[in-house]
Amino acid sequence: MRGNVKPLWLSEMVAVWGYVQRNYFLTKRYFMWEIVWLVYVTINAMAITYIGAGVDAAGGTVDKEFLMTYLLVGALLWNYLSMLFDVLSETVSWERWEGTIEYTFMSPSSRVTHLLGMGFYAVVYGILQTALTLGVCYLFFDLDLSRANYAGALLVLAVASVSLVGFGIVAAVLPLLSPEKGQQVSYIVSSVLLLVSGVYYDVSVLPGWMQAIATVSPVTYALQGARAALQDGAGVAELWNYIRVLLVMGVVFVPLGLFVFHLGESYAKRTGKLKRSG
Amino acid sequence: MNALELRGVEKSFKKRRGEVVRALDSVSLSVGKGEVVGILGPNGSGKSTLVRVISTLVLPDSGEVAVFGVDAVRHPKQVQRSMNRVSVEASFFKKLSAMENLLYGAKLYGVTSAEARPRIKEILDNIGFAQKRATEPMEHLSRGMQQKIALARALLTSPVLMLLDEPTTGLDPRSKKDVQVFIRRIRDAHDSSILLCTHDMGEAEELCDRVGIMVDGKILALEEPEDLKRRYATNGRVPTLEETFMAATGYSVEEASANTE
Repeated sequence: MRGNVKPLWLSEMVAVWGYVQRNYFLTKRYFMWEIVWLVYVTINAMAITYIGAGVDAAGGTVDKEFLMTYLLVGALLWNYLSMLFDVLSETVSWERWEGTIEYTFMSPSSRVTHLLGMGFYAVVYGILQTALTLGVCYLFFDLDLSRANYAGALLVLAVASVSLVGFGIVAAVLPLLSPEKGQQVSYIVSSVLLLVSGVYYDVSVLPGWMQAIATVSPVTYALQGARAALQDGAGVAELWNYIRVLLVMGVVFVPLGLFVFHLGESYAKRTGKLKRSG
Repeated sequence: MNALELRGVEKSFKKRRGEVVRALDSVSLSVGKGEVVGILGPNGSGKSTLVRVISTLVLPDSGEVAVFGVDAVRHPKQVQRSMNRVSVEASFFKKLSAMENLLYGAKLYGVTSAEARPRIKEILDNIGFAQKRATEPMEHLSRGMQQKIALARALLTSPVLMLLDEPTTGLDPRSKKDVQVFIRRIRDAHDSSILLCTHDMGEAEELCDRVGIMVDGKILALEEPEDLKRRYATNGRVPTLEETFMAATGYSVEEASANTE
Protein backbone atom coordinates (compact mmCIF):
# COMPACT_ATOMS: atom_id res chain seq x y z
CA MET A 1 0.00 0.00 0.00
CA ARG A 2 1.44 3.40 -0.92
CA GLY A 3 2.54 5.12 2.26
CA ASN A 4 2.38 1.75 4.02
CA VAL A 5 6.11 1.33 4.45
CA LYS A 6 6.84 -1.60 6.73
CA PRO A 7 10.17 -3.20 7.49
CA LEU A 8 10.73 -6.10 5.11
CA TRP A 9 10.69 -8.71 7.89
CA LEU A 10 7.29 -7.44 9.09
CA SER A 11 5.82 -7.57 5.58
CA GLU A 12 7.10 -11.13 5.24
CA MET A 13 5.55 -12.10 8.59
CA VAL A 14 2.22 -10.64 7.46
CA ALA A 15 2.52 -12.74 4.29
CA VAL A 16 3.32 -15.93 6.29
CA TRP A 17 0.12 -15.29 8.23
CA GLY A 18 -1.66 -14.72 4.90
CA TYR A 19 -0.76 -18.23 3.70
CA VAL A 20 -1.70 -19.81 7.05
CA GLN A 21 -5.02 -17.94 7.19
CA ARG A 22 -5.83 -18.77 3.55
CA ASN A 23 -5.31 -22.47 4.23
CA TYR A 24 -7.47 -22.20 7.35
CA PHE A 25 -10.23 -20.55 5.25
CA LEU A 26 -9.95 -23.37 2.70
CA THR A 27 -10.11 -26.05 5.42
CA LYS A 28 -13.22 -24.35 6.77
CA ARG A 29 -14.79 -24.21 3.30
CA TYR A 30 -14.03 -27.87 2.61
CA PHE A 31 -15.08 -28.89 6.14
CA MET A 32 -17.18 -31.89 5.10
CA TRP A 33 -14.28 -33.23 3.04
CA GLU A 34 -12.02 -32.75 6.06
CA ILE A 35 -14.42 -34.88 8.12
CA VAL A 36 -14.46 -37.55 5.42
CA TRP A 37 -10.66 -37.55 5.31
CA LEU A 38 -10.40 -37.72 9.12
CA VAL A 39 -12.76 -40.71 9.20
CA TYR A 40 -10.78 -42.40 6.41
CA VAL A 41 -7.43 -41.83 8.17
CA THR A 42 -8.79 -43.10 11.49
CA ILE A 43 -10.36 -46.21 10.00
CA ASN A 44 -7.21 -46.88 7.99
CA ALA A 45 -5.07 -46.66 11.17
CA MET A 46 -7.50 -48.98 12.99
CA ALA A 47 -7.53 -51.51 10.14
CA ILE A 48 -3.74 -51.64 10.14
CA THR A 49 -3.65 -52.01 13.93
CA TYR A 50 -6.10 -54.94 13.73
CA ILE A 51 -3.49 -56.80 11.67
CA GLY A 52 -1.63 -57.09 14.99
CA ALA A 53 -4.78 -58.24 16.79
CA GLY A 54 -5.29 -60.96 14.19
CA VAL A 55 -1.78 -62.35 14.32
CA ASP A 56 -2.84 -65.17 16.70
CA ALA A 57 -5.46 -66.39 14.27
CA ALA A 58 -2.79 -66.50 11.57
CA GLY A 59 -0.66 -68.77 13.77
CA GLY A 60 1.87 -66.14 14.83
CA THR A 61 3.53 -66.03 18.23
CA VAL A 62 4.48 -62.42 18.90
CA ASP A 63 3.72 -59.91 21.63
CA LYS A 64 0.33 -58.81 20.31
CA GLU A 65 0.14 -55.55 22.26
CA PHE A 66 3.63 -54.58 21.15
CA LEU A 67 2.87 -55.33 17.50
CA MET A 68 -0.42 -53.41 17.59
CA THR A 69 1.29 -50.40 19.14
CA TYR A 70 4.12 -50.70 16.59
CA LEU A 71 1.63 -50.72 13.70
CA LEU A 72 -0.51 -47.90 15.09
CA VAL A 73 2.51 -45.67 15.70
CA GLY A 74 3.58 -46.39 12.12
CA ALA A 75 0.13 -45.60 10.71
CA LEU A 76 -0.25 -42.36 12.67
CA LEU A 77 3.24 -41.05 12.02
CA TRP A 78 3.09 -41.96 8.35
CA ASN A 79 -0.21 -40.10 8.09
CA TYR A 80 1.36 -37.02 9.68
CA LEU A 81 4.68 -37.11 7.84
CA SER A 82 3.23 -37.98 4.44
CA MET A 83 0.62 -35.24 4.83
CA LEU A 84 3.41 -32.75 5.54
CA PHE A 85 5.30 -33.95 2.47
CA ASP A 86 2.18 -33.88 0.28
CA VAL A 87 1.12 -30.36 1.32
CA LEU A 88 4.56 -28.99 0.49
CA SER A 89 4.98 -30.97 -2.72
CA GLU A 90 1.49 -29.97 -3.92
CA THR A 91 2.07 -26.25 -3.31
CA VAL A 92 2.67 -25.49 -6.98
CA SER A 93 0.20 -27.87 -8.59
CA TRP A 94 -2.57 -26.82 -6.22
CA GLU A 95 -2.15 -23.12 -7.04
CA ARG A 96 -1.92 -23.95 -10.72
CA TRP A 97 -5.18 -25.88 -10.47
CA GLU A 98 -6.89 -22.97 -8.68
CA GLY A 99 -5.45 -20.56 -11.28
CA THR A 100 -3.79 -18.35 -8.69
CA ILE A 101 -0.16 -19.32 -9.26
CA GLU A 102 0.77 -16.24 -11.29
CA TYR A 103 -0.66 -13.92 -8.65
CA THR A 104 1.29 -15.68 -5.92
CA PHE A 105 4.53 -15.68 -7.90
CA MET A 106 4.27 -12.01 -8.88
CA SER A 107 3.63 -10.89 -5.30
CA PRO A 108 6.60 -9.41 -3.43
CA SER A 109 6.50 -11.99 -0.62
CA SER A 110 9.52 -14.29 -0.85
CA ARG A 111 9.41 -17.97 -1.75
CA VAL A 112 10.80 -18.81 1.71
CA THR A 113 7.79 -17.02 3.20
CA HIS A 114 5.44 -18.88 0.86
CA LEU A 115 6.82 -22.32 1.69
CA LEU A 116 7.22 -21.52 5.39
CA GLY A 117 3.55 -20.50 5.57
CA MET A 118 2.51 -23.73 3.84
CA GLY A 119 4.75 -25.81 6.14
CA PHE A 120 3.57 -24.12 9.32
CA TYR A 121 -0.10 -24.73 8.53
CA ALA A 122 0.60 -28.34 7.55
CA VAL A 123 2.39 -28.99 10.88
CA VAL A 124 -0.46 -27.54 12.97
CA TYR A 125 -3.15 -29.27 10.90
CA GLY A 126 -1.24 -32.58 10.96
CA ILE A 127 -0.74 -32.50 14.73
CA LEU A 128 -4.45 -31.87 15.32
CA GLN A 129 -5.51 -34.60 12.91
CA THR A 130 -3.04 -37.12 14.37
CA ALA A 131 -4.08 -36.30 17.95
CA LEU A 132 -7.75 -36.86 17.06
CA THR A 133 -6.97 -40.17 15.33
CA LEU A 134 -4.85 -41.31 18.29
CA GLY A 135 -7.67 -40.37 20.67
CA VAL A 136 -10.17 -42.54 18.78
CA CYS A 137 -7.72 -45.45 18.56
CA TYR A 138 -7.13 -45.30 22.34
CA LEU A 139 -10.82 -46.16 22.78
CA PHE A 140 -10.52 -49.32 20.68
CA PHE A 141 -7.16 -50.86 21.54
CA ASP A 142 -5.14 -51.86 24.60
CA LEU A 143 -1.93 -50.21 23.60
CA ASP A 144 1.43 -50.86 25.21
CA LEU A 145 2.38 -47.26 26.03
CA SER A 146 3.12 -47.71 29.74
CA ARG A 147 6.75 -46.61 29.35
CA ALA A 148 6.11 -43.93 26.70
CA ASN A 149 8.27 -40.80 26.69
CA TYR A 150 5.77 -38.47 24.97
CA ALA A 151 7.97 -35.39 25.21
CA GLY A 152 10.83 -37.30 23.54
CA ALA A 153 8.52 -38.50 20.75
CA LEU A 154 7.29 -34.94 20.16
CA LEU A 155 10.89 -33.69 20.01
CA VAL A 156 11.73 -36.30 17.37
CA LEU A 157 8.62 -35.35 15.40
CA ALA A 158 9.39 -31.62 15.62
CA VAL A 159 12.89 -32.11 14.21
CA ALA A 160 11.61 -34.58 11.61
CA SER A 161 8.99 -32.05 10.49
CA VAL A 162 11.75 -29.61 9.51
CA SER A 163 13.56 -32.24 7.41
CA LEU A 164 10.27 -33.33 5.81
CA VAL A 165 9.45 -29.70 4.92
CA GLY A 166 12.85 -29.51 3.16
CA PHE A 167 12.20 -32.82 1.42
CA GLY A 168 8.74 -31.62 0.36
CA ILE A 169 10.16 -28.37 -1.03
CA VAL A 170 12.54 -30.37 -3.24
CA ALA A 171 9.54 -32.37 -4.51
CA ALA A 172 7.48 -29.17 -4.98
CA VAL A 173 9.79 -28.13 -7.78
CA LEU A 174 8.69 -31.08 -9.94
CA PRO A 175 5.40 -29.51 -11.15
CA LEU A 176 7.40 -26.39 -12.07
CA LEU A 177 9.66 -28.46 -14.32
CA SER A 178 6.81 -30.46 -15.83
CA PRO A 179 3.29 -29.07 -15.35
CA GLU A 180 1.69 -32.26 -16.67
CA LYS A 181 3.77 -35.00 -15.01
CA GLY A 182 5.60 -33.33 -12.13
CA GLN A 183 2.98 -33.97 -9.47
CA GLN A 184 2.71 -37.65 -10.39
CA VAL A 185 6.46 -38.02 -9.84
CA SER A 186 6.13 -36.53 -6.34
CA TYR A 187 3.46 -39.19 -5.57
CA ILE A 188 5.99 -41.83 -6.61
CA VAL A 189 8.55 -40.26 -4.22
CA SER A 190 5.93 -40.41 -1.45
CA SER A 191 5.15 -44.08 -2.13
CA VAL A 192 8.87 -44.97 -2.16
CA LEU A 193 9.21 -43.29 1.27
CA LEU A 194 6.33 -45.48 2.49
CA LEU A 195 7.98 -48.63 1.17
CA VAL A 196 11.54 -48.12 2.41
CA SER A 197 11.18 -46.14 5.65
CA GLY A 198 9.95 -48.96 7.88
CA VAL A 199 6.46 -47.65 8.46
CA TYR A 200 4.90 -51.06 9.23
CA TYR A 201 8.00 -53.28 9.52
CA ASP A 202 11.61 -52.96 10.48
CA VAL A 203 13.91 -51.65 7.76
CA SER A 204 16.19 -54.68 8.32
CA VAL A 205 13.68 -56.97 6.53
CA LEU A 206 14.18 -55.06 3.26
CA PRO A 207 16.64 -56.00 0.52
CA GLY A 208 20.00 -54.23 0.80
CA TRP A 209 19.35 -51.71 -1.97
CA MET A 210 16.09 -50.62 -0.32
CA GLN A 211 17.86 -50.28 3.02
CA ALA A 212 20.36 -47.99 1.28
CA ILE A 213 17.49 -45.73 0.13
CA ALA A 214 16.04 -45.82 3.65
CA THR A 215 19.19 -44.18 5.03
CA VAL A 216 18.38 -40.92 3.20
CA SER A 217 14.70 -40.89 4.18
CA PRO A 218 13.93 -38.66 7.18
CA VAL A 219 10.84 -40.82 7.78
CA THR A 220 13.10 -43.76 8.71
CA TYR A 221 14.75 -41.87 11.58
CA ALA A 222 11.51 -40.18 12.63
CA LEU A 223 9.79 -43.57 13.01
CA GLN A 224 12.71 -45.27 14.74
CA GLY A 225 13.08 -42.34 17.14
CA ALA A 226 9.35 -42.02 17.86
CA ARG A 227 9.00 -45.78 18.43
CA ALA A 228 12.00 -45.80 20.75
CA ALA A 229 10.41 -42.97 22.74
CA LEU A 230 6.85 -44.34 22.78
CA GLN A 231 7.46 -48.08 23.08
CA ASP A 232 10.81 -48.31 24.88
CA GLY A 233 10.60 -45.07 26.87
CA ALA A 234 13.96 -43.92 25.44
CA GLY A 235 15.29 -40.67 26.93
CA VAL A 236 16.79 -37.73 25.07
CA ALA A 237 20.31 -39.18 25.32
CA GLU A 238 19.20 -42.37 23.52
CA LEU A 239 17.09 -40.42 21.06
CA TRP A 240 20.01 -38.17 20.18
CA ASN A 241 21.21 -40.70 17.55
CA TYR A 242 17.98 -40.14 15.60
CA ILE A 243 17.63 -36.44 16.37
CA ARG A 244 21.21 -35.78 15.24
CA VAL A 245 20.59 -37.35 11.82
CA LEU A 246 17.28 -35.52 11.44
CA LEU A 247 18.94 -32.23 12.35
CA VAL A 248 21.62 -32.78 9.71
CA MET A 249 18.90 -33.66 7.18
CA GLY A 250 16.99 -30.50 8.11
CA VAL A 251 20.11 -28.37 7.73
CA VAL A 252 20.78 -29.97 4.33
CA PHE A 253 17.27 -30.44 2.90
CA VAL A 254 15.72 -27.04 3.72
CA PRO A 255 18.41 -24.87 2.06
CA LEU A 256 18.79 -27.48 -0.70
CA GLY A 257 15.02 -27.45 -1.24
CA LEU A 258 14.91 -23.66 -1.42
CA PHE A 259 17.88 -23.59 -3.79
CA VAL A 260 16.39 -26.25 -6.05
CA PHE A 261 13.04 -24.45 -5.95
CA HIS A 262 14.75 -21.20 -6.94
CA LEU A 263 16.37 -22.96 -9.92
CA GLY A 264 13.01 -24.52 -10.85
CA GLU A 265 11.24 -21.18 -10.62
CA SER A 266 13.86 -19.52 -12.86
CA TYR A 267 13.48 -22.37 -15.36
CA ALA A 268 9.67 -22.00 -15.32
CA LYS A 269 10.00 -18.25 -15.86
CA ARG A 270 12.43 -18.75 -18.75
CA THR A 271 10.22 -21.32 -20.47
CA GLY A 272 6.83 -19.79 -19.62
CA LYS A 273 5.71 -22.81 -17.59
CA LEU A 274 4.15 -20.84 -14.75
CA LYS A 275 1.16 -20.17 -16.95
CA ARG A 276 -2.03 -21.81 -15.69
CA SER A 277 -2.52 -24.09 -18.67
CA GLY A 278 1.10 -25.15 -18.47
CA MET B 1 11.43 9.11 -15.01
CA ASN B 2 8.96 6.87 -16.84
CA ALA B 3 6.73 4.48 -14.93
CA LEU B 4 7.65 1.74 -17.38
CA GLU B 5 10.44 1.51 -19.92
CA LEU B 6 11.12 -1.43 -22.22
CA ARG B 7 14.09 -1.44 -24.57
CA GLY B 8 14.66 -4.12 -27.21
CA VAL B 9 12.89 -6.86 -25.28
CA GLU B 10 13.02 -10.27 -26.97
CA LYS B 11 11.31 -13.48 -25.91
CA SER B 12 11.03 -16.80 -27.74
CA PHE B 13 9.49 -20.07 -26.59
CA LYS B 14 10.34 -23.55 -27.78
CA LYS B 15 7.32 -25.65 -28.59
CA ARG B 16 7.21 -29.44 -28.29
CA ARG B 17 8.27 -30.25 -31.84
CA GLY B 18 11.31 -27.99 -31.62
CA GLU B 19 9.48 -25.13 -33.30
CA VAL B 20 10.50 -21.71 -31.92
CA VAL B 21 7.82 -19.06 -31.45
CA ARG B 22 9.01 -15.50 -31.23
CA ALA B 23 6.58 -13.97 -28.74
CA LEU B 24 8.31 -10.59 -28.36
CA ASP B 25 10.41 -9.17 -31.16
CA SER B 26 12.57 -6.23 -30.11
CA VAL B 27 9.78 -4.54 -28.15
CA SER B 28 10.46 -1.02 -26.94
CA LEU B 29 7.88 1.17 -25.27
CA SER B 30 7.44 3.55 -22.40
CA VAL B 31 4.56 4.48 -20.12
CA GLY B 32 4.85 7.90 -18.50
CA LYS B 33 3.86 8.62 -14.93
CA GLY B 34 0.05 8.83 -14.76
CA GLU B 35 -0.26 7.81 -18.41
CA VAL B 36 -2.57 5.12 -19.80
CA VAL B 37 -1.07 3.22 -22.72
CA GLY B 38 -3.15 0.72 -24.65
CA ILE B 39 -1.85 -2.20 -26.68
CA LEU B 40 -4.18 -3.54 -29.35
CA GLY B 41 -3.45 -6.85 -30.96
CA PRO B 42 -4.98 -10.12 -32.06
CA ASN B 43 -4.74 -13.14 -29.80
CA GLY B 44 -1.30 -14.67 -30.08
CA SER B 45 0.31 -11.33 -30.92
CA GLY B 46 2.38 -11.34 -27.71
CA LYS B 47 0.31 -9.00 -25.49
CA SER B 48 0.03 -11.46 -22.61
CA THR B 49 3.73 -12.37 -22.84
CA LEU B 50 4.49 -8.64 -22.71
CA VAL B 51 2.44 -8.30 -19.52
CA ARG B 52 4.04 -11.43 -18.02
CA VAL B 53 7.54 -10.14 -18.74
CA ILE B 54 6.76 -6.82 -17.05
CA SER B 55 5.13 -8.55 -14.08
CA THR B 56 8.29 -10.71 -13.61
CA LEU B 57 6.51 -13.98 -14.46
CA VAL B 58 8.51 -14.55 -17.64
CA LEU B 59 12.22 -13.76 -18.03
CA PRO B 60 13.10 -12.00 -21.29
CA ASP B 61 15.86 -13.46 -23.49
CA SER B 62 17.35 -10.01 -23.91
CA GLY B 63 16.51 -6.35 -23.55
CA GLU B 64 15.74 -4.14 -20.57
CA VAL B 65 12.58 -3.78 -18.49
CA ALA B 66 12.57 -0.96 -15.94
CA VAL B 67 9.73 0.04 -13.60
CA PHE B 68 10.31 3.53 -12.22
CA GLY B 69 13.96 3.11 -13.12
CA VAL B 70 14.37 -0.24 -11.32
CA ASP B 71 15.52 -3.20 -13.42
CA ALA B 72 12.66 -5.73 -13.24
CA VAL B 73 14.89 -8.71 -14.14
CA ARG B 74 17.61 -7.99 -11.58
CA HIS B 75 15.40 -6.67 -8.78
CA PRO B 76 12.02 -8.38 -9.20
CA LYS B 77 10.97 -8.08 -5.53
CA GLN B 78 11.50 -4.32 -5.55
CA VAL B 79 9.44 -3.97 -8.72
CA GLN B 80 6.68 -6.33 -7.57
CA ARG B 81 5.90 -4.05 -4.63
CA SER B 82 5.01 -1.19 -6.95
CA MET B 83 2.74 -2.92 -9.43
CA ASN B 84 -0.24 -5.22 -9.78
CA ARG B 85 -2.06 -6.93 -12.58
CA VAL B 86 -5.56 -7.85 -13.69
CA SER B 87 -5.81 -10.56 -16.32
CA VAL B 88 -8.57 -11.94 -18.47
CA GLU B 89 -9.14 -14.80 -15.99
CA ALA B 90 -10.13 -13.47 -12.57
CA SER B 91 -7.95 -16.18 -10.89
CA PHE B 92 -9.20 -16.57 -7.34
CA PHE B 93 -9.63 -19.36 -4.83
CA LYS B 94 -13.13 -20.16 -6.02
CA LYS B 95 -14.39 -21.65 -2.75
CA LEU B 96 -13.25 -18.62 -0.74
CA SER B 97 -15.33 -15.48 -0.50
CA ALA B 98 -14.40 -12.21 -2.17
CA MET B 99 -13.46 -10.80 1.25
CA GLU B 100 -11.24 -13.80 2.08
CA ASN B 101 -9.53 -13.58 -1.30
CA LEU B 102 -8.98 -9.84 -0.90
CA LEU B 103 -7.56 -10.18 2.62
CA TYR B 104 -5.23 -12.93 1.42
CA GLY B 105 -4.12 -10.91 -1.62
CA ALA B 106 -3.43 -7.87 0.57
CA LYS B 107 -1.30 -9.88 3.02
CA LEU B 108 1.01 -11.06 0.24
CA TYR B 109 1.89 -7.37 -0.13
CA GLY B 110 2.38 -6.92 3.64
CA VAL B 111 -1.01 -5.29 4.22
CA THR B 112 -2.68 -6.54 7.42
CA SER B 113 -6.40 -7.31 7.73
CA ALA B 114 -6.87 -4.26 9.97
CA GLU B 115 -5.35 -2.02 7.28
CA ALA B 116 -7.11 -3.76 4.40
CA ARG B 117 -10.71 -3.92 5.70
CA PRO B 118 -11.53 -0.18 5.53
CA ARG B 119 -9.83 0.03 2.11
CA ILE B 120 -11.84 -2.95 0.85
CA LYS B 121 -15.07 -1.35 2.04
CA GLU B 122 -14.18 1.94 0.31
CA ILE B 123 -13.17 0.23 -2.94
CA LEU B 124 -16.24 -2.02 -3.02
CA ASP B 125 -18.47 1.02 -2.42
CA ASN B 126 -16.72 2.81 -5.29
CA ILE B 127 -17.28 -0.02 -7.74
CA GLY B 128 -20.88 -0.52 -6.68
CA PHE B 129 -20.28 -3.98 -5.25
CA ALA B 130 -22.78 -4.85 -2.51
CA GLN B 131 -20.88 -5.46 0.75
CA LYS B 132 -23.10 -8.40 1.72
CA ARG B 133 -22.06 -10.30 -1.41
CA ALA B 134 -18.42 -10.01 -0.36
CA THR B 135 -18.93 -12.96 1.98
CA GLU B 136 -20.20 -15.27 -0.77
CA PRO B 137 -17.83 -17.79 -2.39
CA MET B 138 -16.31 -16.41 -5.60
CA GLU B 139 -17.84 -19.26 -7.60
CA HIS B 140 -21.30 -17.84 -6.83
CA LEU B 141 -20.45 -14.48 -8.40
CA SER B 142 -20.88 -13.57 -12.07
CA ARG B 143 -17.83 -13.06 -14.31
CA GLY B 144 -18.39 -9.32 -14.21
CA MET B 145 -18.48 -9.29 -10.41
CA GLN B 146 -15.39 -11.47 -10.23
CA GLN B 147 -13.56 -9.06 -12.52
CA LYS B 148 -14.54 -6.13 -10.29
CA ILE B 149 -13.06 -8.03 -7.34
CA ALA B 150 -9.91 -8.63 -9.41
CA LEU B 151 -9.63 -4.86 -9.95
CA ALA B 152 -10.29 -4.27 -6.25
CA ARG B 153 -7.54 -6.77 -5.36
CA ALA B 154 -5.08 -4.93 -7.59
CA LEU B 155 -6.08 -1.53 -6.27
CA LEU B 156 -5.88 -2.68 -2.65
CA THR B 157 -2.08 -2.72 -2.82
CA SER B 158 -2.05 0.85 -4.24
CA PRO B 159 0.12 0.01 -7.25
CA VAL B 160 1.84 2.86 -9.07
CA LEU B 161 1.81 0.70 -12.20
CA MET B 162 -1.27 -1.32 -13.18
CA LEU B 163 -1.10 -4.00 -15.86
CA LEU B 164 -4.53 -4.72 -17.29
CA ASP B 165 -4.56 -7.71 -19.64
CA GLU B 166 -7.92 -7.79 -21.39
CA PRO B 167 -9.83 -6.98 -18.20
CA THR B 168 -13.19 -6.70 -19.98
CA THR B 169 -12.94 -9.64 -22.40
CA GLY B 170 -15.94 -11.94 -22.12
CA LEU B 171 -17.99 -9.58 -19.95
CA ASP B 172 -21.56 -8.63 -20.71
CA PRO B 173 -22.01 -5.01 -21.92
CA ARG B 174 -23.19 -3.75 -18.52
CA SER B 175 -20.27 -5.32 -16.62
CA LYS B 176 -17.87 -4.13 -19.29
CA LYS B 177 -19.13 -0.57 -18.86
CA ASP B 178 -18.83 -0.82 -15.05
CA VAL B 179 -15.26 -2.08 -15.26
CA GLN B 180 -14.32 0.63 -17.75
CA VAL B 181 -15.78 3.32 -15.49
CA PHE B 182 -13.72 1.88 -12.65
CA ILE B 183 -10.52 1.92 -14.73
CA ARG B 184 -11.20 5.56 -15.62
CA ARG B 185 -11.64 6.32 -11.94
CA ILE B 186 -8.32 4.63 -11.12
CA ARG B 187 -6.67 6.72 -13.82
CA ASP B 188 -8.17 9.97 -12.58
CA ALA B 189 -8.03 9.48 -8.82
CA HIS B 190 -5.16 7.16 -8.00
CA ASP B 191 -2.25 8.61 -9.91
CA SER B 192 -1.47 5.18 -11.34
CA SER B 193 0.19 4.51 -14.65
CA ILE B 194 -1.65 1.87 -16.66
CA LEU B 195 -0.71 -0.51 -19.45
CA LEU B 196 -3.95 -1.82 -20.95
CA CYS B 197 -3.97 -4.74 -23.40
CA THR B 198 -7.30 -5.10 -25.15
CA HIS B 199 -9.22 -6.12 -28.25
CA ASP B 200 -11.81 -3.48 -27.63
CA MET B 201 -11.19 -0.48 -29.88
CA GLY B 202 -13.73 1.72 -28.12
CA GLU B 203 -12.17 0.92 -24.77
CA ALA B 204 -8.70 1.77 -26.05
CA GLU B 205 -9.82 5.00 -27.64
CA GLU B 206 -11.78 6.11 -24.59
CA LEU B 207 -9.31 5.18 -21.86
CA CYS B 208 -5.85 5.48 -23.37
CA ASP B 209 -3.57 8.48 -23.85
CA ARG B 210 -1.56 6.52 -26.41
CA VAL B 211 -2.38 3.35 -28.30
CA GLY B 212 -0.03 0.81 -29.85
CA ILE B 213 -0.73 -2.00 -32.28
CA MET B 214 1.03 -5.29 -31.73
CA VAL B 215 1.34 -8.08 -34.28
CA ASP B 216 3.60 -11.15 -34.20
CA GLY B 217 5.47 -9.87 -31.18
CA LYS B 218 6.23 -6.47 -32.68
CA ILE B 219 4.77 -3.10 -31.81
CA LEU B 220 3.98 -1.51 -35.15
CA ALA B 221 3.05 1.91 -33.85
CA LEU B 222 2.49 3.64 -30.54
CA GLU B 223 0.86 7.04 -30.74
CA GLU B 224 -2.07 9.11 -29.56
CA PRO B 225 -5.27 7.60 -30.98
CA GLU B 226 -5.86 10.49 -33.39
CA ASP B 227 -2.28 10.41 -34.68
CA LEU B 228 -2.46 6.65 -35.08
CA LYS B 229 -5.64 6.91 -37.13
CA ARG B 230 -4.17 9.70 -39.27
CA ARG B 231 -1.18 7.48 -40.04
CA TYR B 232 -3.54 5.11 -41.87
CA ALA B 233 -5.63 7.82 -43.56
CA THR B 234 -6.40 7.19 -47.22
CA ASN B 235 -7.50 9.82 -49.72
CA GLY B 236 -7.73 12.38 -46.92
CA ARG B 237 -10.21 10.27 -44.93
CA VAL B 238 -9.20 9.50 -41.34
CA PRO B 239 -10.29 5.92 -40.53
CA THR B 240 -11.84 4.72 -37.30
CA LEU B 241 -9.56 2.94 -34.84
CA GLU B 242 -11.14 -0.34 -35.89
CA GLU B 243 -10.30 0.34 -39.54
CA THR B 244 -6.82 1.42 -38.50
CA PHE B 245 -6.38 -1.88 -36.64
CA MET B 246 -7.54 -3.85 -39.68
CA ALA B 247 -5.24 -1.93 -41.98
CA ALA B 248 -2.27 -2.46 -39.67
CA THR B 249 -2.80 -6.10 -38.75
CA GLY B 250 -4.83 -7.60 -41.56
CA TYR B 251 -7.29 -8.90 -38.95
CA SER B 252 -10.86 -7.84 -38.33
CA VAL B 253 -11.76 -7.23 -34.68
CA GLU B 254 -13.73 -10.51 -34.66
CA GLU B 255 -10.79 -12.46 -36.05
CA ALA B 256 -8.46 -10.79 -33.57
CA SER B 257 -10.44 -11.99 -30.60
CA ALA B 258 -11.35 -15.39 -32.05
CA ASN B 259 -7.83 -16.74 -32.61
CA THR B 260 -6.53 -18.52 -29.60
CA GLU B 261 -3.19 -17.75 -28.08
